[in-house]
Amino acid sequence: MNQLQGGFPLVSALLLWPLVVAAVLLPVKRMRWVRRVALAGALVELATSTWIFLRVASAPGPGFQFRERIPWIDAIGASVHVGVDGLSAPFLPLTALLTVIAVIQTRTLVAHRQKAYLVAILTLSAASAGIFTALDLVLFFVFWELMLVPTFMLIKVWGTGAERSHAATKYVLAMLSGSVALLAALVLLAVNHARQEGALTFDYLELLGTPLPSGLGTVVFFLMVFAFSLKAPLFPLHSWLPPVLQNGPVGAAMLLGGLKVGAYAFLRMIVPLLPGPFVQWRWLIATLAVAAILYGGLAALVQPDLRRLIALAGVSHVGVALLGLSTGTEEGISGALFLLISMGFTSAGLLLLAGFIHQRLGVTDVGALGGLAARAPALTAFALFLGFAEAALPGTSGFPGEFLALLGAFRAYGVPALAAVAVVVLAAGYILVWLQRAFYGPVRDPVVGRMLDLGRRESLIALAVALPILTLGLAPSLLLDAAGPAVAGLVDRLAGVVVASP
Amino acid sequence: MIATLPLLIPLAGAALVVALREHPRARDAAAVAAAVTTAVVVALMIPGAMDGERPEVTLAPFLPDAPILLRVDPLGLLLLLTATLLWPLTAIYAGAYFPTDAATRGRFHAFVALTLASTAGVAFAGNLVTLYLFYEMMTFATYPLVVLSRGEEAMAGGRRYLTYQLGTGIALFLPAVILTYVETGSFEFTPGGLFGPGDTGILPVAIFVLFLFGIAKAALVPVHLWLPAAMAAPVPVSALLHAVAVVNVGVFALFRVLLEVFGPASVVALRLDLVTIIVASTTVLVASLIALQLDKLKPILAYSTIGQLSYMLLGVALVNDAGMTGGMFHLVGHSVSKITLFFAVGAIAATTGATSWRELTGLAQRMPHLVIILGIGAASIVGLPPTAGFVTKYLLFVGAVEARAWLPVVVLAASTVLAATYYLRLVRTPLTAGDGAGGSSRPIPPAMLIPMGITAAVTVLLGIVPGPLLTLVRAAVP
Repeated sequence: MNQLQGGFPLVSALLLWPLVVAAVLLPVKRMRWVRRVALAGALVELATSTWIFLRVASAPGPGFQFRERIPWIDAIGASVHVGVDGLSAPFLPLTALLTVIAVIQTRTLVAHRQKAYLVAILTLSAASAGIFTALDLVLFFVFWELMLVPTFMLIKVWGTGAERSHAATKYVLAMLSGSVALLAALVLLAVNHARQEGALTFDYLELLGTPLPSGLGTVVFFLMVFAFSLKAPLFPLHSWLPPVLQNGPVGAAMLLGGLKVGAYAFLRMIVPLLPGPFVQWRWLIATLAVAAILYGGLAALVQPDLRRLIALAGVSHVGVALLGLSTGTEEGISGALFLLISMGFTSAGLLLLAGFIHQRLGVTDVGALGGLAARAPALTAFALFLGFAEAALPGTSGFPGEFLALLGAFRAYGVPALAAVAVVVLAAGYILVWLQRAFYGPVRDPVVGRMLDLGRRESLIALAVALPILTLGLAPSLLLDAAGPAVAGLVDRLAGVVVASP
Repeated sequence: MIATLPLLIPLAGAALVVALREHPRARDAAAVAAAVTTAVVVALMIPGAMDGERPEVTLAPFLPDAPILLRVDPLGLLLLLTATLLWPLTAIYAGAYFPTDAATRGRFHAFVALTLASTAGVAFAGNLVTLYLFYEMMTFATYPLVVLSRGEEAMAGGRRYLTYQLGTGIALFLPAVILTYVETGSFEFTPGGLFGPGDTGILPVAIFVLFLFGIAKAALVPVHLWLPAAMAAPVPVSALLHAVAVVNVGVFALFRVLLEVFGPASVVALRLDLVTIIVASTTVLVASLIALQLDKLKPILAYSTIGQLSYMLLGVALVNDAGMTGGMFHLVGHSVSKITLFFAVGAIAATTGATSWRELTGLAQRMPHLVIILGIGAASIVGLPPTAGFVTKYLLFVGAVEARAWLPVVVLAASTVLAATYYLRLVRTPLTAGDGAGGSSRPIPPAMLIPMGITAAVTVLLGIVPGPLLTLVRAAVP
């Protein structure tokens, strides 16, 4: 195991920083300075997290780096224990970039109470980063719950859709029911440890070494699958996502739709902590994944609203990622990870696109759109590029992930995995059909005639999203090499199970 | 690094074309210069490749077991040589075809250069993933060309083009690539093939069928429909699709699959030869019968292409020397013949307005040289001596008889009769009296006449002196 790294507690600082910036914002009066401070803070976060990722990528190893452990609640064996490895490191710059964009967009997209909005966004960002880096289950749970309040406020107060209250409530109810299950699962793990070793602990690394009786393991497994599927979201627990993305403000939607926290938790928690039940029940994950792929793809095909379409496409793609993950193969797992990161950029990019269109025309429904291309060539180029990435065309970041996930699926399941190929075709279908109708179809609404193209600031934001998509598409080894040892570690853990079971 | 040059020069050419968009003359010159340079570089690679050199370069690690790998070999050079020799002629011809519209010309030059770069990537691809990447890149490089005129018909055709190309690529070609890896543990093209005697049963055959229809650029029935859909494109684009690059890339990819993924031994053992022959024969007959009923010149040529591509596949699927030589030779022979026909048809439309064969009456009196050129192209496609097409047809017959494959023999004979019927109209109608599409005819600009004169001459030259080309082809035959 890695030694504790001395010196500056970089990851803790990374988690605290957005909250510090949020606190600094509170006394500032001039709105312009509020936005500037928030942006500066978010950029510092982006630079730091990018640096952390590059450090991990330059010396990838099976263990955790930048590990810090501060005593917290000794009585129950909880501590502030954080660190990053090849699985979590890429999510940090992604989170930070989406935060930067959400902050920049505040000026033009948020009509009222901008300061409170920024505080909520920064809190959400800190909570997400916390989930990615927590190595203590209590800490993980705290961050998991910390997402709830800012998200609720963001949707309810700053939502752009008519049904924002309903969407916010739906989100909270879904998350709360998941939380109960998650908490129960975590406590069961700690109690099991206490029974075997004599003391409670919520420490991730210690729990990795604690043997789990198979009956208990199965219970914990199902509790976690329920909680994480809700968050991912995995079919059939996905129904909160489309209204949230449709009614939420763009910034929040980008963070919620782009950061696949729930799917990450499958990778971080279920596979390493519960290898036995995972191997036993992975067919269930695979079945749900295929159902998600087909349901999401088919529903997306007939969805006229871009933001709901993005949500359904996300459901479908999370299905592909979990199908890859369920194989327990190196290709499948690294494909899943790659997809989650890629999806972060493309989903966020598409939501950004939806934001641009909504801001100009007040709608994101294809029935009211058409002929945008003639008025807005730069926006069109951005849209097409994102469409290609969403359809997983080679050259974009969508391709390597989907390719590897499908390769893993073929390896593990053989020809039935062909069903998964359907998604790729559907993906190409639904997104390209929508773009074609909105951008090239006949002009249905005279308001399109007043459509403005992307301004300089907006073009820069679009580039900031497009560049990582292109980079990862052309040089996927950047991410694959960084994650390689960590993925190999997971596969080894699973291999141990297979050998041990009769 | 030499393997990257045919990829980089067209890319640089495309960049130059964009950079010089304010100066149409310099830009057009840059396009032709890039084309000529690439052709020279490719030609210079041939002697080394004939001596058995296989320079290779890994461009990027990309995916595990699937780096982006370029490797020069005679088969790749055959494809690329055809493309790069015809590219400068097409560029010159396009200058005369879009005389006034500088912007269209600029877009044409830029995207053709990108298409050529992807052709180089396909030609030298050392593994299936690299091939797939550049194959799809070509789809995107050619789409803007298909919709070049931006008219409603062009947009509809472009949509169909993209749907077919992407749909088959993702739904069939990509799974075939993945399944090949799952079955054999490798993506890399290997002389003799990846599949061995141990691979039996239905799965390898299924994988092959996925390749066959997934590589829609080879236009086998029923995935041929993108080709007529792209017919609204201007003639220089048709030349690119039908002769310079696109369909050749499809057939070439299937050559690679037959010879270096499955390998001659597995092709015979798994009866893939029979599968190919049945599909290709059906395609030949269907395409010929459709062409027979058409009036418009460009669609006739399009369906003729569909049939001719299957000739090439028939030849290689015979997996004997004569058959494979004939199939590969036809890749070049068909290209120069078909581009001659497209150039001629384009010139006729541009100068007289005639677009169907019924409107060609009296043409021989006004433009005898054009009719001669048309006749040379037609003779070659039908397979008459002394043209390139005759050499192909001879080799294919020999190959089919040697293989005792009677179906191809019958199909070849039948399709020759059909092709002769519809091409004879093209050549005979101009000889009859009349004034065709109205009689207004301005002279053909030299920038059109010279390229088609050259391709017509090469068509005849290959028929009389096929030796040098056959040497290169034989080096590509396993």
